[in-house]
Amino acid sequence: MNRKGTTGERMKAFLILEDGTVFTGTSIGSSREIISEIVFNTSMTGYLEVLTDPSYAGQAVCMTYPLIGNYGICHADQESLRPWPDGYIVRELSRIPSNFRSEDSIQNFLVQYDIPGIAGIDTRALTKILREKGTMNGMITTNENFALDEIIPKLKAYTTGKVVERVTCKAKKVLKGKGSKVALMDFGAKNNIARSLHERGCQVTIYPALTSAEEILREQPDGIMLSNGPGDPKECASIIEEIKKLYESNIPIFAICLGHQLMALATGADTKKMKYGHRGGNHPVKDLENGRVYISSQNHGYMVDTATLDPNVAVPAFENVNDKTNEGLKYIGKNIFTVQFHPEACPGPQDSSYLFDRFLKMMEVTE
Amino acid sequence: MPKNPEIKKVLVIGSGPIIIGQAAEFDYAGTQACRSLKEEGIEVVLLNSNPATIMTDKDIADRVYIEPLTVEVVEQLILKEKPDSVLPTLGGQAGLNLAMELDERGFFAEHNVRLIGTTSETIKKAEDRLEFKSTMEKIGEPVAASLVVENVADGVAFTNTIGYPVVLRPAYTLGGSGGGIARNEEELVEILENGLRLSRVGQVLVERCIAGWKEIEYEVMRDSAGNCITVCNMENIDPVGVHTGDSIVVAPSQTLGDKEYQMLRTSALNIISELNITGGCNVQYALHPESFEYCVIEVNPRVSRSSALASKATGYPIAKVAAKIALGYTLDEIPNAITGKTYASFEPMLDYCVVKIPRLPFDKFISAKRTLTTQMKATGEVMSICSNFEGALMKAIRSLEQHVDSLMSYDFTELTREDLLEQLAVVDDRRIWVIAEAIRREISYEEIHEITKIDIWFIDKIAVLVEMEQQLQTNELTAELLREAKRLEFPDHVIAGLTGMTAEEVKAKRKEQGILAAYKMVDTCAAEFAAATPYYYSVYGGENEAVQTRDRKKVLVLGSGPIRIGQGIEFDFCSVHCTWAFSQEGYETIIVNNNPETVSTDFDIADKLYFEPLTPEDVENIVDIEQPDGAVVQFGGQTAIKLTEALIRMGVKILGTSAENVDAAEDRELFDEILEQCRIPRPQGHTVFTAEEAKKAAGELGYPVLVRPSYVLGGQGMQIAISDQDIDEFIGIINRIAQEHPILVDKYLQGKEIEVDAVCDGEDILIPGIMEHIERAGIHSGDSISVYPAQTISDTAKATIEDYTRKLAKSLHVIGMINIQFIVCKEDVYVIEVNPRSSRTVPYISKVTGIPIVPLATKVILGHKIKELGYKPGLQPEADYIAIKMPVFSFEKIRGADISLGPEMKSTGECLGIAKTFNEALYKAFLGAGVNLPRHKNMIMTVKDEDKQDAVEIARRFEALGYKIYATRSTARVLKEHGVNAIRTNKIEQSSPNLMDLILGHKIDLVIDTPSQGVEKAKDGFIIRRNAIETGVNVLTSLDTATALVTSLENTDLNRLTLIDIARIAGR
Repeated sequence: MNRKGTTGERMKAFLILEDGTVFTGTSIGSSREIISEIVFNTSMTGYLEVLTDPSYAGQAVCMTYPLIGNYGICHADQESLRPWPDGYIVRELSRIPSNFRSEDSIQNFLVQYDIPGIAGIDTRALTKILREKGTMNGMITTNENFALDEIIPKLKAYTTGKVVERVTCKAKKVLKGKGSKVALMDFGAKNNIARSLHERGCQVTIYPALTSAEEILREQPDGIMLSNGPGDPKECASIIEEIKKLYESNIPIFAICLGHQLMALATGADTKKMKYGHRGGNHPVKDLENGRVYISSQNHGYMVDTATLDPNVAVPAFENVNDKTNEGLKYIGKNIFTVQFHPEACPGPQDSSYLFDRFLKMMEVTE
Repeated sequence: MPKNPEIKKVLVIGSGPIIIGQAAEFDYAGTQACRSLKEEGIEVVLLNSNPATIMTDKDIADRVYIEPLTVEVVEQLILKEKPDSVLPTLGGQAGLNLAMELDERGFFAEHNVRLIGTTSETIKKAEDRLEFKSTMEKIGEPVAASLVVENVADGVAFTNTIGYPVVLRPAYTLGGSGGGIARNEEELVEILENGLRLSRVGQVLVERCIAGWKEIEYEVMRDSAGNCITVCNMENIDPVGVHTGDSIVVAPSQTLGDKEYQMLRTSALNIISELNITGGCNVQYALHPESFEYCVIEVNPRVSRSSALASKATGYPIAKVAAKIALGYTLDEIPNAITGKTYASFEPMLDYCVVKIPRLPFDKFISAKRTLTTQMKATGEVMSICSNFEGALMKAIRSLEQHVDSLMSYDFTELTREDLLEQLAVVDDRRIWVIAEAIRREISYEEIHEITKIDIWFIDKIAVLVEMEQQLQTNELTAELLREAKRLEFPDHVIAGLTGMTAEEVKAKRKEQGILAAYKMVDTCAAEFAAATPYYYSVYGGENEAVQTRDRKKVLVLGSGPIRIGQGIEFDFCSVHCTWAFSQEGYETIIVNNNPETVSTDFDIADKLYFEPLTPEDVENIVDIEQPDGAVVQFGGQTAIKLTEALIRMGVKILGTSAENVDAAEDRELFDEILEQCRIPRPQGHTVFTAEEAKKAAGELGYPVLVRPSYVLGGQGMQIAISDQDIDEFIGIINRIAQEHPILVDKYLQGKEIEVDAVCDGEDILIPGIMEHIERAGIHSGDSISVYPAQTISDTAKATIEDYTRKLAKSLHVIGMINIQFIVCKEDVYVIEVNPRSSRTVPYISKVTGIPIVPLATKVILGHKIKELGYKPGLQPEADYIAIKMPVFSFEKIRGADISLGPEMKSTGECLGIAKTFNEALYKAFLGAGVNLPRHKNMIMTVKDEDKQDAVEIARRFEALGYKIYATRSTARVLKEHGVNAIRTNKIEQSSPNLMDLILGHKIDLVIDTPSQGVEKAKDGFIIRRNAIETGVNVLTSLDTATALVTSLENTDLNRLTLIDIARIAGR
């Protein structure tokens, strides 16, 4: 193995926040300039799963764990075909990867997909700013001659826009199985949702996000799975319309994250943006039915506003133990349950994977 | 689920004396849990034989019993105090074993006492090898192929089916006592025989050897509702094969991907659920480095050393939460004290890296094998926190206080390449330094990994540090390079050494460039929530989070660093009480310490905690930010005292006795002057630098003489020389480490050794009591049995001691604590040592006299007078009790260590015997120390010529108790001449059956062997003592101890012990 110098000359990079804070570090990955929404993730492992989670489309993600890249890149662990964040912010990238499964270094991976990033900054200080002031936009640039007064208005004006259409699959795809037939709506689905169902014997048909309800219902699935995905749920107006029809169908539905928010919007409730969201693998959620607490994997910046729920339509099924925000809904008179967190884990704890079994049972009973 | 209202009075069992494998971590856990119970209005009854602990304070529990940890004592205590519940999971293996034994007897059921925290079924499932294995098989968790055997033949047969090497683990022992790896049948038989005997249940697990796999640990918590979480995972840098207590450990794991991390996390949660644990649990795994294959190595259903480390590494108070769970609370009902916003049902996320390095005692046991195995040898540990691994490693190294400050501190440059490769294969405490040298020689990562099995990632990190050394040596010290060197936590003086500058120049350059340490918070949540608890660590390159406080007067309390022989938990006791006393006086308190096992580093002891190395540079960085009004150094042992000079240079006021006066006590000439002024005699002596000067001095004084370096603790390097040859040898040993201070050569006086701790306010003194050592002078005070109140000296001598103490304290201008050791020969009193600081005996004497010396000394330091604090100055009236402090040793853990007692301290801990009569107190003290006689009533005596006459009386008394006495030729002859029916036995070099056969035959209860002078490793005595210790036989090397033991045995008809509640010994 070749040794690489510790202080080899690397290009300077800057992270500029819309509040005017500037962090100086070194450039990693692409040296392209980007503007994006800056968020932080507290997971200590699973950086590749985070990078390839389509829900990060339209965001630049800061990893609060300071040592990233230690075990390299193992492509089998990717949650989609490519990394999605606009930018990547770390304290330190390991100069060598070490793991028996590692096929590449994270440095190469970022370069290969043209993802710009910054290393060597005080990620904890950045996290504290985001925590105190809320998620904000920022720029990563290698241009040393930046002019703050020109950049800040640009940062303030920036909006993520419609991202679901960017990340969803282009064509329908089928994973053969002998069990229940599940239609998976891909709003930016992590691979492990389909894998979790397929492993349990389901035949999983993955549909592009803009597929009409009619097309899905025509296939007479035993159940419908609404996936996670990026962005503001209210940007998905046409999808919400289709979900309304799915709601009426009486087919069992299980929804995760963005899917959960979309179902709430489709049934008349409202969503709102959180100050800095939940991104990590340590959030306790309580199953309100039995009082049990599970540690969950999370990645969301919006939430369902429980004050707007019609108790005749849906009631809270899970809540966050820390901040009491809504983490799941049960729909009255329907075989529908939705969660804000990620039972498919990857990265993060697998404690709530039992929800897939619950979904399977629901489909069996309904049959 | 809220608290169970039926739980009102809880008996908490502590872990007893500090021994290797069971140390201060249980005082930390126990103290935290007791406070947590009291917070809930529970009445706490505490049992622990260790008087040096904080948990045995009357402030911590309502009823405090410092009594031997035996089944009989617990039974009697339950009958007396009638607790409704027993919490056994805080006292380590000792507490757990005790609870199990009582449960098996049906005692708890009979008296309606419930075990809380965990059930006996759970303990059995986790601890009994067979039940554990079948439980793991039931839930599909892999364990290494293994078989529990109860005899050697079965072990050999099973090993033949799975192949060598195999690991041997005795059931129910602590710190892996008696375990090991066997590579062939011969080793197997040897280790197995020993292990079978040490196991409480006579069982040893023979297991497929998974040495070389990654060793990973998970700390998990579960409540009665079945909710479970992981507090932390940890990766041992040393792969499986080295006890985790002796491994360098990093948290969180560094080389595991999310798939591996979650696989093991899920497994740990499955295990804790299946075992139905309510509380904390530690699960250890071996993970194949090149596949997903793993094995569960071990489960500890209790708090442990690892849980203490995990608590300090994350800020999650495992013991506190475990205590609440034991009362019935669920995780989501228990608030996280650090954030105040989250709950105990959330998993800590770290945004830093933690490194723990064990503190191994090879500086004390120079003849011991340094090799690290599955048998733990470390006496303590240090922890450090940094935002990068290299920095955390560098900080941990310099926290060890073993003359190491970088990866250049051990020199292997002399080794040839071949020798170096061979050295790499040696698993000992210097391995990371050997790896650094291998990297300097450009041995490839792969080759180093192949030999050491240490993950390449760690090897690369060591390489980063080596490359920095090289850059500092060869390149110009630019601001950029300096910044990077500081990011990697190179101390200024190491940078200075590499660049040819002075440390002051490096510091100046640093300040000029604004390269300053910043402090970050340990907040359990990677900054996701604002934290309320100021628990800090330093980094270079980042924003400073330490809150600037200026509203109250501020005091810096310097801790005592890692637990080592000579500087133990006693100093943590003193630091904590001093902190609390300052707090009561309205001060803002700041603790600096680096020991993860202790109470002082719990986040709610001081107002602020800095988890940092205790070196001048690290302390100065804190001083720069905090600007304290003063610092106290007299409570943190030698570690803190050594910082005095540096603190003065930083402009920090030393509170209490001034530095000059500390020096006066240590500087022979100044001290002699003071003694002369006060007309206090001391043994004649000289200061020397060379062996020649020493021999000249000894010639003038006449042998025997005491030889020792000045400025040491625990008598380190101190020896009694009886010849010029001894002097050459001892001076050689002392000078292996460069001495800044001269060596002392004193006339050796044989008399009664007496010790006092006193508080002085500048005018008056307060002596809580006079302690007398059972062993004659010449055995280190920390290794002597100490009796309060002194039994055999006259009132005149006591008055003289009081008078000398007053004179010395006043002449040295002591403000605060002073410790003085005297020798009394008839009515003559000589001073042998003065330490103007808190000592090892302070917790013991505080507890048995009921006088809270540390708070008193702290108040005196702040200007209060003894008189106004409600005490009559002088020697206090004697208590109604006799209290005996008994040293406890861990010799069986350290292969090759010489166990004979002398001026250098060797004990790791202590226990107390307290009673109305001397005999009962002595009996309790021996019982507490685990001297459990008789079993076979066979003993061996082999004493040096000078001792032979004294030995006769002892032998006669043992014989009267029914002991059969074996003795070697000359001892047997003397005994027979005096009418003792001794059986003459062959020496070990003679034909069988000889002494060794007797010892290995396991029919011997006791060996009394007084070694002749000098270092005599190769001699018979050494081999006899080692073998006796390693086969679990009690060995005494002083006739004074033997006399005490026989006295105690003559009084064992005390079938009921009287239990004494220490909390009721009111201050007078």
